[in-house]
Amino acid sequence: MRRGILAAALGLGLSAVLAGPAMTEQSQWGPYQVGDVRSGYTYAAGETRDMQDDDFVNPAMLWVDSGAELWETVDGAAGKSCASCHGDAAESMAEAGTKFPVYFEPSGKMMNLEQRINFCRTENMKADAFKWEGQELLRLTTFVRNQSRGKPMNVKIDGPAAPFYAKGKEFYETRRGQLDMACSSCHVDNAGNMLRANLLSQGMSNGFPTYRLKWQGVGSLHRRFRGCNKQVRAQPYDYGSEEYVNLELYLADRARSLPVEAPAVRN
Amino acid sequence: MAWRLHSSLRVVLSAAIFAALPLAVAAEELVAYKITNKTSIENSLTGKPGDPVNGRKVAINRKQGNCLACHALPVPEQPFHGEVGPDLSAAGSTLSEGAIRLRIVNPKAVNPDTFMPAFYRNDGFTRVAKKFQGKTILSAEQVEDVVAYLMTLKGN
Repeated sequence: MRRGILAAALGLGLSAVLAGPAMTEQSQWGPYQVGDVRSGYTYAAGETRDMQDDDFVNPAMLWVDSGAELWETVDGAAGKSCASCHGDAAESMAEAGTKFPVYFEPSGKMMNLEQRINFCRTENMKADAFKWEGQELLRLTTFVRNQSRGKPMNVKIDGPAAPFYAKGKEFYETRRGQLDMACSSCHVDNAGNMLRANLLSQGMSNGFPTYRLKWQGVGSLHRRFRGCNKQVRAQPYDYGSEEYVNLELYLADRARSLPVEAPAVRN
Repeated sequence: MAWRLHSSLRVVLSAAIFAALPLAVAAEELVAYKITNKTSIENSLTGKPGDPVNGRKVAINRKQGNCLACHALPVPEQPFHGEVGPDLSAAGSTLSEGAIRLRIVNPKAVNPDTFMPAFYRNDGFTRVAKKFQGKTILSAEQVEDVVAYLMTLKGN
Protein backbone atom coordinates (compact mmCIF):
# COMPACT_ATOMS: atom_id res chain seq x y z
CA MET A 1 0.00 0.00 0.00
CA ARG A 2 2.69 2.48 1.06
CA ARG A 3 4.85 1.29 -1.80
CA GLY A 4 1.97 2.07 -4.12
CA ILE A 5 1.64 5.59 -2.78
CA LEU A 6 5.39 6.09 -3.07
CA ALA A 7 5.43 4.79 -6.63
CA ALA A 8 2.55 7.11 -7.48
CA ALA A 9 4.38 10.03 -5.86
CA LEU A 10 7.53 9.21 -7.79
CA GLY A 11 5.55 8.89 -10.99
CA LEU A 12 3.96 12.26 -10.40
CA GLY A 13 7.38 13.70 -9.62
CA LEU A 14 8.71 12.43 -12.90
CA SER A 15 5.77 13.78 -14.86
CA ALA A 16 6.19 17.12 -13.06
CA VAL A 17 9.73 17.24 -14.39
CA LEU A 18 8.59 16.31 -17.87
CA ALA A 19 5.68 18.71 -17.88
CA GLY A 20 7.80 21.57 -16.58
CA PRO A 21 6.61 24.48 -14.50
CA ALA A 22 2.96 23.97 -15.38
CA MET A 23 2.80 21.16 -12.82
CA THR A 24 2.71 22.37 -9.24
CA GLU A 25 5.23 21.24 -6.67
CA GLN A 26 2.29 19.96 -4.67
CA SER A 27 1.99 17.00 -6.96
CA GLN A 28 5.72 16.42 -6.89
CA TRP A 29 5.80 15.91 -3.14
CA GLY A 30 2.43 14.30 -2.60
CA PRO A 31 1.33 14.49 1.03
CA TYR A 32 4.67 15.97 2.09
CA GLN A 33 3.65 19.38 0.81
CA VAL A 34 0.44 21.20 1.71
CA GLY A 35 0.19 24.57 -0.01
CA ASP A 36 3.50 26.28 0.69
CA VAL A 37 4.18 24.13 3.73
CA ARG A 38 6.87 21.56 3.01
CA SER A 39 7.98 18.73 5.25
CA GLY A 40 11.70 18.29 5.87
CA TYR A 41 11.21 15.17 3.75
CA THR A 42 11.11 17.39 0.67
CA TYR A 43 14.51 18.86 1.56
CA ALA A 44 16.16 15.56 2.41
CA ALA A 45 18.50 13.71 0.06
CA GLY A 46 16.97 10.94 -2.05
CA GLU A 47 18.78 8.17 -0.21
CA THR A 48 17.62 9.62 3.13
CA ARG A 49 14.01 9.62 1.92
CA ASP A 50 14.45 6.02 0.78
CA MET A 51 15.58 5.09 4.29
CA GLN A 52 12.46 6.63 5.78
CA ASP A 53 10.13 5.07 3.23
CA ASP A 54 11.07 1.48 3.91
CA ASP A 55 10.26 0.26 7.41
CA PHE A 56 12.79 -2.53 7.01
CA VAL A 57 15.55 -0.01 6.34
CA ASN A 58 14.43 2.88 8.55
CA PRO A 59 16.73 2.55 11.58
CA ALA A 60 14.20 4.35 13.79
CA MET A 61 11.87 1.36 13.53
CA LEU A 62 14.09 -0.21 16.20
CA TRP A 63 12.83 2.51 18.55
CA VAL A 64 9.24 1.88 17.48
CA ASP A 65 9.60 -1.86 18.08
CA SER A 66 11.26 -1.49 21.46
CA GLY A 67 8.69 1.17 22.33
CA ALA A 68 5.95 -1.36 21.60
CA GLU A 69 7.54 -3.65 24.18
CA LEU A 70 7.63 -0.84 26.73
CA TRP A 71 3.93 -0.18 26.03
CA GLU A 72 3.19 -3.68 27.32
CA THR A 73 5.69 -3.64 30.19
CA VAL A 74 4.27 -3.43 33.71
CA ASP A 75 6.18 -0.95 35.86
CA GLY A 76 5.59 0.94 39.11
CA ALA A 77 3.71 0.37 42.36
CA ALA A 78 0.30 0.34 40.66
CA GLY A 79 1.30 -2.77 38.71
CA LYS A 80 0.21 -1.33 35.38
CA SER A 81 1.57 -0.98 31.87
CA CYS A 82 0.45 1.59 29.32
CA ALA A 83 -1.66 -1.17 27.78
CA SER A 84 -3.45 -1.83 31.08
CA CYS A 85 -5.38 1.40 30.61
CA HIS A 86 -4.97 2.26 26.93
CA GLY A 87 -5.23 -1.19 25.36
CA ASP A 88 -4.29 -1.38 21.72
CA ALA A 89 -2.19 1.67 20.91
CA ALA A 90 -3.15 1.49 17.23
CA GLU A 91 -6.64 2.52 18.31
CA SER A 92 -6.17 4.49 21.53
CA MET A 93 -3.17 6.48 20.29
CA ALA A 94 -4.32 6.99 16.71
CA GLU A 95 -4.72 10.74 17.20
CA ALA A 96 -2.17 11.30 19.97
CA GLY A 97 0.65 12.09 17.57
CA THR A 98 -1.34 14.83 15.85
CA LYS A 99 -2.51 16.95 18.74
CA PHE A 100 0.32 17.56 21.24
CA PRO A 101 1.21 19.83 22.98
CA VAL A 102 -2.19 20.17 24.68
CA TYR A 103 -3.34 22.55 27.38
CA PHE A 104 -3.20 20.75 30.72
CA GLU A 105 -5.65 22.23 33.18
CA PRO A 106 -4.05 21.08 36.47
CA SER A 107 -0.73 22.78 35.66
CA GLY A 108 -2.22 25.68 33.71
CA LYS A 109 0.44 25.09 31.04
CA MET A 110 0.95 23.23 27.82
CA MET A 111 2.01 19.58 28.04
CA ASN A 112 3.83 17.75 25.27
CA LEU A 113 3.76 14.04 24.53
CA GLU A 114 6.88 13.20 26.52
CA GLN A 115 5.44 15.03 29.52
CA ARG A 116 2.10 13.26 29.09
CA ILE A 117 3.87 9.89 29.10
CA ASN A 118 5.76 10.79 32.25
CA PHE A 119 2.58 12.13 33.87
CA CYS A 120 0.94 8.76 33.24
CA ARG A 121 3.95 6.99 34.69
CA THR A 122 4.17 8.97 37.91
CA GLU A 123 0.44 9.52 38.52
CA ASN A 124 -1.23 6.39 37.17
CA MET A 125 1.48 3.74 37.16
CA LYS A 126 3.21 5.04 40.30
CA ALA A 127 6.47 4.54 38.45
CA ASP A 128 9.48 6.81 38.07
CA ALA A 129 9.43 9.32 35.25
CA PHE A 130 11.64 8.43 32.33
CA LYS A 131 14.68 10.65 31.92
CA TRP A 132 14.48 13.27 29.17
CA GLU A 133 16.28 12.13 26.04
CA GLY A 134 16.92 8.76 27.68
CA GLN A 135 16.32 5.78 25.39
CA GLU A 136 13.17 4.62 27.20
CA LEU A 137 11.36 7.92 26.78
CA LEU A 138 12.53 8.15 23.16
CA ARG A 139 11.32 4.63 22.43
CA LEU A 140 7.91 5.08 23.95
CA THR A 141 7.39 8.55 22.45
CA THR A 142 8.45 7.29 19.02
CA PHE A 143 6.12 4.31 19.31
CA VAL A 144 3.14 6.41 20.39
CA ARG A 145 3.70 9.10 17.76
CA ASN A 146 4.10 6.41 15.11
CA GLN A 147 0.51 5.31 15.73
CA SER A 148 -0.57 8.56 14.05
CA ARG A 149 1.72 8.22 11.06
CA GLY A 150 0.04 9.60 7.96
CA LYS A 151 -2.57 11.57 9.90
CA PRO A 152 -2.53 15.37 9.55
CA MET A 153 -0.97 17.50 12.29
CA ASN A 154 -3.85 19.11 14.13
CA VAL A 155 -2.89 20.97 17.28
CA LYS A 156 -5.27 23.28 19.14
CA ILE A 157 -4.03 26.84 19.45
CA ASP A 158 -7.21 28.64 20.50
CA GLY A 159 -8.84 28.94 23.92
CA PRO A 160 -6.44 28.38 26.81
CA ALA A 161 -3.63 27.46 24.38
CA ALA A 162 -3.68 30.90 22.73
CA PRO A 163 -1.29 32.74 25.09
CA PHE A 164 1.19 29.86 24.92
CA TYR A 165 1.01 29.88 21.14
CA ALA A 166 1.78 33.61 21.22
CA LYS A 167 4.82 32.95 23.41
CA GLY A 168 6.01 30.21 21.08
CA LYS A 169 5.67 32.53 18.11
CA GLU A 170 7.60 35.24 19.91
CA PHE A 171 10.38 32.78 20.68
CA TYR A 172 10.46 31.71 17.05
CA GLU A 173 10.88 35.26 15.84
CA THR A 174 13.37 36.46 18.47
CA ARG A 175 16.98 36.81 17.44
CA ARG A 176 19.28 35.17 19.95
CA GLY A 177 22.86 34.19 20.61
CA GLN A 178 26.10 35.79 19.48
CA LEU A 179 25.10 35.12 15.87
CA ASP A 180 21.89 37.03 16.57
CA MET A 181 19.57 34.81 14.57
CA ALA A 182 15.96 33.79 15.08
CA CYS A 183 14.43 30.46 14.09
CA SER A 184 12.66 32.39 11.35
CA SER A 185 15.95 33.81 10.01
CA CYS A 186 16.79 30.37 8.65
CA HIS A 187 13.51 28.49 8.41
CA VAL A 188 11.27 31.22 7.00
CA ASP A 189 13.53 33.80 5.36
CA ASN A 190 16.03 31.32 3.95
CA ALA A 191 14.26 27.98 3.59
CA GLY A 192 15.51 26.33 0.42
CA ASN A 193 18.89 28.08 0.52
CA MET A 194 22.19 26.36 1.14
CA LEU A 195 23.96 27.30 4.36
CA ARG A 196 27.37 26.02 3.36
CA ALA A 197 26.74 22.25 3.04
CA ASN A 198 23.29 22.32 4.64
CA LEU A 199 20.05 22.87 2.79
CA LEU A 200 17.83 24.96 5.06
CA SER A 201 14.35 23.47 5.45
CA GLN A 202 11.19 25.06 6.78
CA GLY A 203 11.97 23.41 10.11
CA MET A 204 8.77 21.36 10.32
CA SER A 205 8.24 19.20 13.37
CA ASN A 206 5.96 16.51 11.97
CA GLY A 207 8.71 13.89 11.76
CA PHE A 208 9.85 13.93 15.41
CA PRO A 209 11.14 11.95 17.18
CA THR A 210 13.49 11.71 14.22
CA TYR A 211 16.41 9.53 13.33
CA ARG A 212 19.22 11.88 12.35
CA LEU A 213 22.17 10.49 10.48
CA LYS A 214 24.28 13.07 12.31
CA TRP A 215 23.10 11.70 15.66
CA GLN A 216 23.25 8.05 14.62
CA GLY A 217 20.10 7.68 16.67
CA VAL A 218 16.62 8.95 17.42
CA GLY A 219 16.30 12.31 19.13
CA SER A 220 13.48 14.52 20.37
CA LEU A 221 12.38 17.85 18.97
CA HIS A 222 13.81 19.51 22.06
CA ARG A 223 17.21 18.02 21.29
CA ARG A 224 16.95 19.65 17.87
CA PHE A 225 15.95 22.97 19.47
CA ARG A 226 19.00 22.79 21.71
CA GLY A 227 21.23 22.05 18.72
CA CYS A 228 19.82 25.01 16.78
CA ASN A 229 20.22 27.32 19.77
CA LYS A 230 23.83 26.23 20.24
CA GLN A 231 24.56 26.74 16.55
CA VAL A 232 23.66 30.42 16.86
CA ARG A 233 25.79 30.49 20.03
CA ALA A 234 22.81 30.96 22.31
CA GLN A 235 22.30 29.37 25.70
CA PRO A 236 19.86 26.48 25.13
CA TYR A 237 16.89 25.84 27.41
CA ASP A 238 16.34 22.60 29.28
CA TYR A 239 14.58 19.62 27.78
CA GLY A 240 10.89 19.96 28.56
CA SER A 241 11.22 23.63 29.50
CA GLU A 242 8.16 25.81 29.17
CA GLU A 243 9.92 27.84 26.47
CA TYR A 244 10.52 24.78 24.33
CA VAL A 245 7.04 23.33 24.87
CA ASN A 246 5.52 26.66 23.76
CA LEU A 247 7.84 26.68 20.76
CA GLU A 248 6.77 23.12 20.03
CA LEU A 249 3.15 24.31 20.02
CA TYR A 250 3.95 27.06 17.53
CA LEU A 251 5.84 24.62 15.30
CA ALA A 252 3.02 22.08 15.46
CA ASP A 253 0.73 24.76 14.07
CA ARG A 254 3.25 25.69 11.38
CA ALA A 255 3.19 22.05 10.33
CA ARG A 256 -0.60 21.88 10.41
CA SER A 257 -2.03 19.44 7.84
CA LEU A 258 1.33 17.85 7.08
CA PRO A 259 1.20 14.14 7.89
CA VAL A 260 2.82 12.86 11.07
CA GLU A 261 5.96 11.12 9.78
CA ALA A 262 7.41 9.86 13.04
CA PRO A 263 9.87 8.36 12.87
CA ALA A 264 11.33 10.44 10.04
CA VAL A 265 14.90 10.09 8.84
CA ARG A 266 16.89 13.26 8.26
CA ASN A 267 20.46 14.30 7.66
CA MET B 1 15.76 31.64 65.90
CA ALA B 2 18.85 29.55 65.43
CA TRP B 3 17.79 28.76 61.92
CA ARG B 4 17.22 32.42 61.10
CA LEU B 5 20.65 33.35 62.34
CA HIS B 6 22.17 30.54 60.35
CA SER B 7 20.23 31.54 57.28
CA SER B 8 21.23 35.19 57.39
CA LEU B 9 24.82 34.23 58.02
CA ARG B 10 24.74 32.12 54.90
CA VAL B 11 23.41 35.01 52.89
CA VAL B 12 26.18 37.27 54.12
CA LEU B 13 28.81 34.63 53.45
CA SER B 14 27.62 33.83 49.96
CA ALA B 15 27.39 37.53 49.15
CA ALA B 16 30.99 37.94 50.29
CA ILE B 17 32.14 35.02 48.18
CA PHE B 18 30.23 36.30 45.20
CA ALA B 19 31.70 39.79 45.53
CA ALA B 20 35.21 38.35 45.76
CA LEU B 21 34.86 36.59 42.41
CA PRO B 22 35.77 38.53 39.30
CA LEU B 23 32.78 39.17 37.05
CA ALA B 24 32.23 35.92 35.16
CA VAL B 25 31.66 37.64 31.87
CA ALA B 26 33.41 40.97 31.68
CA ALA B 27 32.93 42.30 28.16
CA GLU B 28 36.08 42.72 26.13
CA GLU B 29 37.14 46.26 25.49
CA LEU B 30 36.45 46.98 21.83
CA VAL B 31 38.43 49.27 19.58
CA ALA B 32 36.45 52.49 19.10
CA TYR B 33 35.46 53.24 15.54
CA LYS B 34 33.54 55.92 13.69
CA ILE B 35 30.81 55.24 11.16
CA THR B 36 30.83 57.71 8.26
CA ASN B 37 27.53 58.54 6.51
CA LYS B 38 25.97 55.35 7.97
CA THR B 39 27.79 53.50 5.22
CA SER B 40 31.42 52.93 6.14
CA ILE B 41 34.18 52.77 8.71
CA GLU B 42 37.05 54.54 7.04
CA ASN B 43 39.88 53.71 9.44
CA SER B 44 41.46 50.36 10.10
CA LEU B 45 40.49 49.02 13.52
CA THR B 46 44.11 48.16 14.17
CA GLY B 47 45.61 51.28 12.60
CA LYS B 48 47.33 49.20 9.93
CA PRO B 49 46.40 47.17 6.87
CA GLY B 50 45.24 43.60 7.34
CA ASP B 51 46.83 40.45 5.96
CA PRO B 52 44.79 39.14 3.00
CA VAL B 53 46.34 35.67 3.16
CA ASN B 54 45.21 35.19 6.73
CA GLY B 55 41.91 36.88 5.87
CA ARG B 56 41.19 34.14 3.35
CA LYS B 57 41.79 31.53 6.08
CA VAL B 58 39.51 33.35 8.51
CA ALA B 59 36.80 33.53 5.83
CA ILE B 60 36.96 29.77 5.34
CA ASN B 61 37.30 28.72 9.01
CA ARG B 62 33.95 27.51 10.36
CA LYS B 63 34.74 28.73 13.87
CA GLN B 64 35.91 32.15 12.74
CA GLY B 65 34.50 34.10 9.80
CA ASN B 66 32.76 31.13 8.18
CA CYS B 67 31.87 33.53 5.36
CA LEU B 68 31.34 30.50 3.12
CA ALA B 69 28.31 29.55 5.21
CA CYS B 70 26.35 32.24 3.42
CA HIS B 71 28.50 33.61 0.58
CA ALA B 72 30.18 32.25 -2.51
CA LEU B 73 33.88 33.13 -2.67
CA PRO B 74 36.66 32.25 -5.13
CA VAL B 75 37.78 29.39 -2.89
CA PRO B 76 37.66 26.36 -5.21
CA GLU B 77 39.18 23.95 -2.71
CA GLN B 78 36.09 24.23 -0.50
CA PRO B 79 33.16 22.29 -1.99
CA PHE B 80 30.20 24.02 -0.35
CA HIS B 81 29.46 27.71 -0.61
CA GLY B 82 26.33 29.20 0.90
CA GLU B 83 23.66 31.06 -1.01
CA VAL B 84 22.03 33.02 1.79
CA GLY B 85 24.02 36.19 1.08
CA PRO B 86 25.42 37.71 -2.12
CA ASP B 87 28.33 36.26 -4.06
CA LEU B 88 31.46 38.10 -2.93
CA SER B 89 33.72 37.26 -5.87
CA ALA B 90 33.84 40.92 -6.86
CA ALA B 91 33.39 42.51 -3.43
CA GLY B 92 36.62 44.48 -3.81
CA SER B 93 35.47 46.21 -6.97
CA THR B 94 31.85 46.85 -5.94
CA LEU B 95 32.33 48.15 -2.40
CA SER B 96 34.85 50.51 -0.84
CA GLU B 97 37.16 49.26 1.88
CA GLY B 98 35.26 51.30 4.48
CA ALA B 99 31.91 49.90 3.36
CA ILE B 100 33.22 46.34 3.60
CA ARG B 101 34.64 47.07 7.04
CA LEU B 102 31.30 48.32 8.38
CA ARG B 103 29.48 45.34 6.86
CA ILE B 104 31.75 42.98 8.78
CA VAL B 105 31.87 44.96 12.03
CA ASN B 106 28.11 45.51 12.22
CA PRO B 107 26.02 44.98 9.08
CA LYS B 108 22.89 45.91 11.04
CA ALA B 109 24.09 49.50 10.93
CA VAL B 110 23.45 49.30 7.18
CA ASN B 111 20.38 47.04 7.24
CA PRO B 112 18.74 46.27 10.60
CA ASP B 113 16.90 43.27 9.12
CA THR B 114 19.92 41.52 7.70
CA PHE B 115 20.54 37.87 8.50
CA MET B 116 24.25 38.58 8.80
CA PRO B 117 25.83 38.58 12.24
CA ALA B 118 27.89 41.50 13.51
CA PHE B 119 31.43 40.15 13.68
CA TYR B 120 32.81 42.89 15.88
CA ARG B 121 30.19 43.53 18.49
CA ASN B 122 29.86 42.08 21.98
CA ASP B 123 26.66 43.41 23.52
CA GLY B 124 23.00 43.97 22.77
CA PHE B 125 22.36 40.26 22.16
CA THR B 126 19.76 37.92 23.70
CA ARG B 127 20.78 34.90 25.74
CA VAL B 128 24.31 34.44 24.44
CA ALA B 129 25.90 31.10 25.40
CA LYS B 130 28.22 31.50 28.37
CA LYS B 131 31.43 30.88 26.51
CA PHE B 132 30.68 33.63 24.00
CA GLN B 133 29.35 36.24 26.41
CA GLY B 134 31.12 39.56 26.15
CA LYS B 135 33.10 38.33 23.17
CA THR B 136 33.19 39.32 19.53
CA ILE B 137 33.07 36.70 16.76
CA LEU B 138 36.30 38.05 15.26
CA SER B 139 39.14 40.07 16.74
CA ALA B 140 39.96 43.51 15.33
CA GLU B 141 42.97 41.95 13.57
CA GLN B 142 40.84 39.24 12.00
CA VAL B 143 38.31 41.82 10.81
CA GLU B 144 41.10 43.76 9.11
CA ASP B 145 42.50 40.57 7.58
CA VAL B 146 39.10 39.72 6.07
CA VAL B 147 38.69 43.32 4.83
CA ALA B 148 42.11 43.07 3.16
CA TYR B 149 41.19 39.70 1.62
CA LEU B 150 37.85 40.89 0.27
CA MET B 151 39.53 43.97 -1.23
CA THR B 152 41.63 41.60 -3.38
CA LEU B 153 38.46 40.11 -4.94
CA LYS B 154 37.85 41.97 -8.18
CA GLY B 155 35.70 39.45 -10.02
CA ASN B 156 37.01 38.10 -13.32
